[in-house]
Amino acid sequence: MDQVSPAAAGLDRRAAIAALLARRRDLLLVTGLGSTSWDAASLGDDDRNFYLWGAMGAAATVGLGLALAQPRRRVLVVTGDGEMLMGLGALATIAAMRPANLAIAVFDNGRYGETGMQESHTAAGVALAGIARACGFAEVFDIAAAEALEAFARRLHDPGGPLFARVAIAANEAPRVLPPRDGALLKRRFRRALGIEQG
Amino acid sequence: MSATIPDPIPDQPGADWRERIFAQIKRAAIRQVGYVPDAGHARLIELCRADPQIRAVPLTSEEEGIGLAAGAWLGGERAVLLMQSSGVGNCINMLSLTKACRFPLVMLVAMRGEWAEFNPWQVPMGTKAQAALELMDVLVYRAERPQEAADTVAAALAIAFNGELAAAVLLSQRLIGAKQWTR
Repeated sequence: MDQVSPAAAGLDRRAAIAALLARRRDLLLVTGLGSTSWDAASLGDDDRNFYLWGAMGAAATVGLGLALAQPRRRVLVVTGDGEMLMGLGALATIAAMRPANLAIAVFDNGRYGETGMQESHTAAGVALAGIARACGFAEVFDIAAAEALEAFARRLHDPGGPLFARVAIAANEAPRVLPPRDGALLKRRFRRALGIEQG
Repeated sequence: MSATIPDPIPDQPGADWRERIFAQIKRAAIRQVGYVPDAGHARLIELCRADPQIRAVPLTSEEEGIGLAAGAWLGGERAVLLMQSSGVGNCINMLSLTKACRFPLVMLVAMRGEWAEFNPWQVPMGTKAQAALELMDVLVYRAERPQEAADTVAAALAIAFNGELAAAVLLSQRLIGAKQWTR
């Protein structure tokens, strides 16, 4: 399976996150270290966003624990190719558990954006969508065009899953928009937004 | 879920210590149990998988469980992780998530590489698991005897979930029994 080379072509990352969250409704969002956290923050901070500032490779499993705990809410994880590659086993774990309310979207620019834009394994042809498909995700989307991304954004809110989307992203650096980085604050306000904690 | 964990109760002697640990897990309303199999955890894994109120989550590597437990807490559920001592080493950087956000975490660690170990490859991580956890500020408790296993777990559950802290219980190889290599 040929995939669109992320470096040569791909969607603008800020347009892509805006398309995913344009009609957010009650979606819960987990973002990975690091550019996808800045992407989410570029749309405005939100208590229902949990941004990872470290623990590289953990975004998908945080999403899994959250999805299992909140089966009536839709949960979206948006992370980068480098962050996903560091925790590939999580795709097998998620596929084995089959949480119907979880979606993973990987913004794939084939680069480690935070460390100097070094090439990642996807630049060498490793196909994340193929890996998700082989793990057994219910639906897998390999997205290189705005129309397909909008279709996935609509699909996010319908029942059924888990979903996986690999989104080809242009390898340009967007202006940094930094969300809060106090982890305890991010945790507490997220739980308050869900009504788990008061105060 | 903001209710506190009940005070630890004195352990009930008589029943199998593994089943008594499970009773404490149930009493603490644990809803997710992430695990990488270990022979020492086999009975506990069976009990968790058979319980309709518990999602037993098989992990490909122990570090996935740190993220899982954090996500569970974000969503209002409590999680426990089951692993072998070798898996402690896989978790170290992921414990940044626990510490930076003050997520509660309970790890039940079946020890290898100590009492009557046959396989020397288990010894390096087995003998350093406690120090590695303590370097990352995880509270560590050891259970050496069957009669103290369940109440040690109960105490770890209480301190972790009442105070949003990370705690590990090391179930010693002497307690579990050394792996049998002949069959």
